[in-house]
Amino acid sequence: MPAVIEVRNLHKRYADKVAVEDVSLTVQEGEIFGILGPNGAGKTTSVECIAGLRTPDRGEIEVLGLDPRRDRAELTRGLGVQLQAGQLPEQLRVAEALELYSSFYPDPADWRELLEGLGLAEKAKTAYGKLSGGQKQRLSIALALVGSPRVAILDELTTGLDPQARRDTWELIENVRSRGVTIVLVTHFMEEAERLCDRLALIDGGRVVAVDTPAGLTERARIEQRIRFRPSRPLADHLLTSLPEVSGVTRRGETVIVTGNDNALNAVTTVLARNQIVAERLRIEQASLEEAFVQLTGSRLGSH
Amino acid sequence: MSVLNAVPATASVTARNGSATWRLIKAESKLSIRDKVGPLWGVGCPLIVLIILGVVPALREPVEAAGGLTYFDLYVPVLILFNLAILAMTALPTTLAGYRENGVLRRLQTTPIGPARVLTAQLVANFAIALVATILFLAVAGLGFGVDLPRHPVGFVLSWLLASAALLSIGLLITALAPGRGPATAIGTVLFFPMMFFAGLWVPIAQMPEVLQTISHYTPLGAGMQAFQETYLGHFPSAAPLLTLAAYAIGCTIVAVRWFRWE
Repeated sequence: MPAVIEVRNLHKRYADKVAVEDVSLTVQEGEIFGILGPNGAGKTTSVECIAGLRTPDRGEIEVLGLDPRRDRAELTRGLGVQLQAGQLPEQLRVAEALELYSSFYPDPADWRELLEGLGLAEKAKTAYGKLSGGQKQRLSIALALVGSPRVAILDELTTGLDPQARRDTWELIENVRSRGVTIVLVTHFMEEAERLCDRLALIDGGRVVAVDTPAGLTERARIEQRIRFRPSRPLADHLLTSLPEVSGVTRRGETVIVTGNDNALNAVTTVLARNQIVAERLRIEQASLEEAFVQLTGSRLGSH
Repeated sequence: MSVLNAVPATASVTARNGSATWRLIKAESKLSIRDKVGPLWGVGCPLIVLIILGVVPALREPVEAAGGLTYFDLYVPVLILFNLAILAMTALPTTLAGYRENGVLRRLQTTPIGPARVLTAQLVANFAIALVATILFLAVAGLGFGVDLPRHPVGFVLSWLLASAALLSIGLLITALAPGRGPATAIGTVLFFPMMFFAGLWVPIAQMPEVLQTISHYTPLGAGMQAFQETYLGHFPSAAPLLTLAAYAIGCTIVAVRWFRWE
């Protein structure tokens, strides 16, 4: 598939600090590409450079074959952007905003359909200033999509939405993608990245740490499995620690917690069976994307 | 693509941008009216003052050194300037600085239209409201209280256009330089009162001490008032006030465009 966004060695510093140290990434046509990282990692600055809102100090960017700074006017027709800080006049009503913005584009989407799809139909006559945070967010997504863009950049898509609205929005994004729109999703929300993104770039400290599928990232982090159970009879630690697949055994009350590689579970159950011990309340904890993130970047994401 | 094919495409782009600009102007006009600052302070307030002053008999006395115009006659152009000053120096900068502060301009930057066009739309919207208000004031003063229209209509229209241009460009300059919405409103309001003083809101210019009269002639509203007064007396306005207004319009526009902050 052809690349719709190419970023090479992007570097951007502000007066007091370097926001983006060295970011390179390629987004393929039709994919949902996630940019994941803690607050202040340089995600927003990177996408603002991609959208042509900021001039990079160094590096090359190409979006839909265009230079975001030089070919701004042309780029805006094919690129929809939803920014964290980007509002509307307080008194402008929802339907008015969508109708107005759709008139800016050569081949706009049906804004009434977007209104429905984002659950804003009842709010069509409500002024922007009277909307809740979540409703503003949904309108902002609608405005990013109203020009029927080939590429949409969505920054912190579901921040401020309640769980139901969040799931509805995810569904909408999947629908938009199924129509062939390439989506760049900036997020610090793991569940969102895992659910929506085909590929992810982990960004930390202004650098790309890794680019892979969500599953690939988890695998790459080589996080050990954790097996928890309560043995039906007392169990000597050495039975488990002597297994090559097991790297550690700890106890919390009556519960035994075993850490080890992918084959640890097999090894542990075999030993238990041989000793006629039943593993009660057996639980296996899989590595999550979040743990992979911590492992790969050495830092934690902000609370969410 | 051949040249023949390219022509209609370009034409349709122009037509579309035209319609987008027109929609933006309509939206901004609607917003200006909903915002209430312009309609209430810029139109309602001077209109009520006009009506109240119209029923005070003492104001029908001719003003000394005003060529036979009465106090009330002079208040009609003063209140027209009042309207222009509120719209251009308070409503316009408050709205536009608010747009910058709240990211409205930034969002427009991501669309094919760009943020400059919303400035144009705001200017046109306030200009249109001012035009309607001026016609309304002239009609109320004429039909309600028998004040004749300016006896040099062409001169009056020219003066009005120059005064609008001067004040709107001052409003743009305030927008360009004020760090935020709050300061923009404050600067506009603080400038409003001395400028209205020099237009003769409280004391007719003709009755001011000479020093103040001289200062008045170099303020935008004082110059505007001087030009208006001459057209009421049947003359084409003299060069000094017209050039003063034009200088404000050009000077402030240049500075505003040069130093306009989009974020």
